[in-house]
Amino acid sequence: MAVPKSKKSDGPDVAAPALNQQTATRDRSVASIIKNAVVSALLALVLFSLMIGIRTETGPSGQLTYWTRFGELAAVVGAVFVGSIIVETIKRWTGPLGSVELPDTVRRAFSVLGRVLIPALLIFALLVPVIFYNQRYLLDLGILVLTYVMLGWGLNIVVGLAGLLDLGYVAFYAVGAYSYALLAQSGLPFPYFIETYPYVAIDFLQLGSWAFWALLPVSGVLAAFWGVLLGFPVLRLRGDYLAIVTLAFGEIIRLVILNWQDLTGGPNGVSGIPRPTVFGIPLTPGEDGFAALIGVPFSPTHRLVFLFYIILALALLTNWVTIRLRRLPIGRAWEAMREDEVACRALGINITTTKLSAFAIGAMFGGFAGAFFATRQGFISPESFTFQESALVLAIVVLGGMGSQLGVALAAIAMIGGFELFRGLDQFRMLVFGGVMVLLMIWRPRGLVSHRAPSVFLGRQTAIPSSMVKEGDG
Amino acid sequence: MTGNPTANILEVDHLSMRFGGIVAVKDLSFTAKRGDITALIGPNGAGKTTVFNCITGFYKPTTGMIRMIHGDSREFLLERLFDFRISKLAKVARTFQNIRLFAGMTALENLMVAQHNGLMRASGYTFLGLIGSPGFRSAERSAIDRARYWLDRIGLLARADEAAGNLPYGDQRRLEIARAMCSRPALLCLDEPAAGLNAREGEALSELLRLIRNEHDTSILLIEHDMSVVMQISDRIIVLDYGVKISEGTPQMIRDDPKVIAAYLGTDEKTAIAVMAGGA
Ligand SMILES: Nc1ncnc2c1ncn2[C@@H]1O[C@H](COP(=O)(O)OP(=O)(O)OP(=O)(O)O)[C@@H](O)[C@H]1O
Ligand SMILES: [Mg+2]
Repeated sequence: MAVPKSKKSDGPDVAAPALNQQTATRDRSVASIIKNAVVSALLALVLFSLMIGIRTETGPSGQLTYWTRFGELAAVVGAVFVGSIIVETIKRWTGPLGSVELPDTVRRAFSVLGRVLIPALLIFALLVPVIFYNQRYLLDLGILVLTYVMLGWGLNIVVGLAGLLDLGYVAFYAVGAYSYALLAQSGLPFPYFIETYPYVAIDFLQLGSWAFWALLPVSGVLAAFWGVLLGFPVLRLRGDYLAIVTLAFGEIIRLVILNWQDLTGGPNGVSGIPRPTVFGIPLTPGEDGFAALIGVPFSPTHRLVFLFYIILALALLTNWVTIRLRRLPIGRAWEAMREDEVACRALGINITTTKLSAFAIGAMFGGFAGAFFATRQGFISPESFTFQESALVLAIVVLGGMGSQLGVALAAIAMIGGFELFRGLDQFRMLVFGGVMVLLMIWRPRGLVSHRAPSVFLGRQTAIPSSMVKEGDG
Repeated sequence: MTGNPTANILEVDHLSMRFGGIVAVKDLSFTAKRGDITALIGPNGAGKTTVFNCITGFYKPTTGMIRMIHGDSREFLLERLFDFRISKLAKVARTFQNIRLFAGMTALENLMVAQHNGLMRASGYTFLGLIGSPGFRSAERSAIDRARYWLDRIGLLARADEAAGNLPYGDQRRLEIARAMCSRPALLCLDEPAAGLNAREGEALSELLRLIRNEHDTSILLIEHDMSVVMQISDRIIVLDYGVKISEGTPQMIRDDPKVIAAYLGTDEKTAIAVMAGGA
């Protein structure tokens, strides 16, 4: 055993170095594939031994009964082992995945497509209510998709531009929704002075049919306020820690709403939220309704169409503001902060206000979307504001390509629309969905549209490849 | 140049910086004159970067005082200013030993970010900028002009729209200096700007530093290992070893100081003198 070993180390065989090397690398790669597979299988064993291996249930008289399912456990671990080998082998064959750069011609074709795509999408969006006037389901779906487009664009400011990983975005959506719902019912509080102690009293300004339009900005401002409130404690946190605290913040808001029964109605939610009006004119069948006013027969679709245009306008507002902000010093500071916070400080940029402004503006658009959600549903409850929503919106941003407006819109369409598309697959929907996500992330790890467009240029605007752009760790 | 040209721009007084048990800088006092290039040299680990970090607010000195004096004789005690205010108010800019450009942003964008505070004010803290006020537009145009000026000076005008991370190493070094200059500093602190540059790039750098000193109202504090650069362009040199100032003077004086040579050779003074005698 020891003899050939020492012989090998004595004099490296120069006669057939290439062949030797090749077999050596292949040996190593086979070894590493096996090693990876074993590690994965062990991990699966640890993970699933309790989840699958032992099954516990409450017995008929309340005692704990359990039985083992080692067969299933072995099957799962075996599947992980084999699957890992297959995946690794494919990876070896195709070379390092994820660094797939499209050929130049294809890229150029894409860029032309991209230039046509945006106006085409915009025109299509404007025409959706006309084309699908008689298909309420599709109109509803369109409204839903646009809501997520808007949420994605809002979160994109925080995650994509400023590089702050926010897992609790739904909190601002909830703040916006509840702000609108509660203020619409109570009226807008305003304090005034009185002669007697405590010298200040509060009256409520009833907004009537203008409720939505008056309270939309209020909801945004309140959400922005909560964004700043979240921003303060997380100023010093980065990466994973930031993600955890924002996640907790989202849960805290939800739990407060759930438990503050007197104010929010707790799990029962708030109902009877005023519907939007066409700037004061209600969309009702009555004499003073919008339909009667313009002299057409009433149809409930009118409201749907109106809602569609409201959310389209709100989403486009978000987009417009984001595009504008990117070209303003504040937006450039966000991106610079994502690239290198230390360098920002050395250039005299106040990181505190820069971070807080990103949180506030992102939260404001979340708040707008929340108010819209409330007026669209007419009823809200804490169930609509779970972590799953945050995760979905974040997935849209990541999938779309952090920082890319078009990418986020496409991702929202694909995710929400696709989710509906696979409705027929029942419980396999999630599986298909997860699989597609994994494949997409392998194929395009930086999202659908991953390059960055410079915010200012002297000559010609050229896209910056994603490999250069940082994702931010704060 | 405004004010008394021979006045000090920076006065470091009994500065000490301790990290746990390590004393990185010990009771250091020195001054830098307005309009001068002052070099801070010393062997590896002498505490040079630590001094910079204290001056630019990244570290809070354990003891000591750092006074920045502007041409209009306004004074700032840097150890009391919060980091970003040192650049914003006291007008001290810096570069880093390992380049810290915004790699995913273009060269031009890097220079625009450096002009953040002025542009922010011009954009009415974003509100006026959002509606595209003419005041902001003209401020932005002049910011682009300044960026263009510096890009031209460092020979990168043609590559203004390329990602900074894609530029060659030497260009990145000079771009970082240009970026610092775009914040219109009174004092520019450069941490080993010639590190990793070839001879031609080193020459371009010396050229740039001379331009900054001669044509701009900016004094320079320089950390450098490359003695050819230091000796060529510095007006005054301060030598650190183990956090202590061991020598100070003109390049000629430093060149002939046995204490300095001893520190660099890692031997005692006698051997150094012997080496010098042998070498000469
Ligand atoms: N944040 C820190 N924590 C602990 N020790 C530090 C810290 N920063 C610097 N030091 C120590 O202080 C001493 C001086 O370091 P400094 O980086 O200032 O040296 P330098 O002169 O810049 O060296 P070089 O020429 O290698 O850049 C070193 O011993 C270093 O280990
Ligand atoms: Mg150093």
